[in-house]
Amino acid sequence: MRKIVTGNKAVAEAVREAKPDVVAAYPITPQTEIVETLADYVSNGQLASQYIAVESEHSAMAACIGAAIAGGRTFTATSSQGLAYMHEMTNWAAGARLPIVMANVNRSLAPGWNLWAEHTDAMQERDTGWLQVYVSTVQEAYDTILMAFRIAEHQDVLLPVMVNLDGFTLSHIMQPFDMVEPGDFIPPIHLSEMIDPKNPKGYGTIAGPAEYFRFRWEIERSMREAVNVIEETQAEFGERFGRTYGLTEEYRCDDADVVVVSLGTLGKEAEVAIDILRDEGIKAGSLRLRWFRPFPELNLAGKDVVVIDRDYSFGFGGVLAHSIRSKNLVKVYSVIAGLGGQEVTYDDIAGFIRHRRIGEESWFGVNAHV
Amino acid sequence: MEIITEIPEEEYVLKCTSACAGCGDSLTLRYVLKATGPDIVLVMPAGCTAAFQGIYPKTAYSVPVVNIAFGAAAACASGISRMFQATGRETRVIVYAGDGGTLDIGLQAMSGAFERRTDFLYICYDNEAYGNTGMQRSGATPLGAKTTTTPTGKTEAKKDIDAIIAAHNPPYQATACASYPQDLFRKVRKALTFHGPTFIHVLSPCPPGWRYSAEKTVEVGRLAVKSGMWALWECEHGKLTISTPTKAAMKKPVPLEEYLSLQGRFRGIEEKTVEQLKEQIQENFRGLAAGEVKP
Repeated sequence: MRKIVTGNKAVAEAVREAKPDVVAAYPITPQTEIVETLADYVSNGQLASQYIAVESEHSAMAACIGAAIAGGRTFTATSSQGLAYMHEMTNWAAGARLPIVMANVNRSLAPGWNLWAEHTDAMQERDTGWLQVYVSTVQEAYDTILMAFRIAEHQDVLLPVMVNLDGFTLSHIMQPFDMVEPGDFIPPIHLSEMIDPKNPKGYGTIAGPAEYFRFRWEIERSMREAVNVIEETQAEFGERFGRTYGLTEEYRCDDADVVVVSLGTLGKEAEVAIDILRDEGIKAGSLRLRWFRPFPELNLAGKDVVVIDRDYSFGFGGVLAHSIRSKNLVKVYSVIAGLGGQEVTYDDIAGFIRHRRIGEESWFGVNAHV
Repeated sequence: MEIITEIPEEEYVLKCTSACAGCGDSLTLRYVLKATGPDIVLVMPAGCTAAFQGIYPKTAYSVPVVNIAFGAAAACASGISRMFQATGRETRVIVYAGDGGTLDIGLQAMSGAFERRTDFLYICYDNEAYGNTGMQRSGATPLGAKTTTTPTGKTEAKKDIDAIIAAHNPPYQATACASYPQDLFRKVRKALTFHGPTFIHVLSPCPPGWRYSAEKTVEVGRLAVKSGMWALWECEHGKLTISTPTKAAMKKPVPLEEYLSLQGRFRGIEEKTVEQLKEQIQENFRGLAAGEVKP
């Protein structure tokens, strides 16, 4: 079935198909439409989930953790301040190996109060043990949520997955998209260690210096395994439903001399910029990372690399630029653009590529040359 | 007269935990679990009880225990409870949290869970300070008590968590004390006959924190009740019933000094502070006599 909906609604549609046992959520702009829609589905019988209207995001994640330890499939959604408030529990969810799926509608952090798109909220979660994926269209948001449940619950992964979509530029824009009949694409959840009074265990008891690191290594081992699980899941999704996704999405990269790397909706703007530059005879390509954790292997050797960061690590640099540099041993031109919803057009991106200064960093709108 | 033999012989807290000698919290947990039996899950935030649970891969408790972050117990229990509801499981969900995890950092999550009518029993074992971190003041520390962060004695009164809980209109709430195990046992059993959020607030004396000799835990708890510093009661759908030991204390309380003088935390307490505590006790007694929920 083809529908025209917002990114938020598409997320809710996918969650409805995934049939979580428990949804625990708290409202925050620009995510609220997701949880409102789910509450609606629950109240009108379209979704047979327990909906827990918690009093905070910290409690939203804690309730998901409890429900997951009791054996349930769980979902929540948040943004920005909510994600930051939840941070203690996002660590807990990953450490407890619970396959919770969360939509994070990327938004800047206050002050000043700003409701618009930025990736710093999710970047501050990058070391928690959550898988992170960034989507760029309504269709991709829908498809990725469906895949996220299957990936999270895979026995080789058993880690939570955060699906990131840009505030307003994706959460609130409407695009046509095709719904699928998932059938058995998402198998029933099976958590072997769920609460059983006949076999009482401690869930999260003290782990001393001789044991703790082993649990940490298990998270990393699963993170590495997750690469295969993601690729298998995306391949099967393509076979079943006709839409294929990779760890990254490449656009005219094969013969490119210069590649612009980005996350989320900026990656779609970049594709238009690439067409403009190609018309000018500049061999440019766009590489949009879908998966940020686990971080994919990239092949950027011999190319000029321009990285757009819609985030920043103060006193250091753009998080994506740093990740690309450290994993690929390439020099990049790092552009900081789009913070707090700053408008970045395809013409702007074409400009970043034309006027690149490899090895340098520029703040769009601050430094004179960009 | 309570019949002691109704308390099962089964033990769910294994012997030789790393709890301090004379630990009132251990005693509380022991009788709580005898009352609940094994078909439960305990949700336990940071605190002494999570510390003497033992170190992975062992556990000292023969019931499932979900350990959770300090401020998150009631919310985590909400998730478990609703999942059990969805799947028709009758296993009861019990939060077992200290006073810090209840009155302070856990207050918001607890209020939310009570307001949502979560089907669970919330037990607060109250040793009137942050015991596991070495006895810092909490909202539950009484006026005049020395802790490591109130070295000259706390200058504020104990937070009235029971009144806060009462404002959420639970079907059942009670107070208890580790020194009165039959009363505690009966109240836990009673709480589990209700569905919805129920609450039991248990005074759990703490030898190293309160600075008294380990063999005096039961005596100290009993003096708390007999002096009126702690009152035993239960409240069912808003109807208050004062428990027998507190009825006796209301008629003829033991002098407060007998309770205070046993404990190093009250050493050097000023006379005017003792008078303030006595006034509080009388006010609480008046409230109880009028049918109001007061600690």
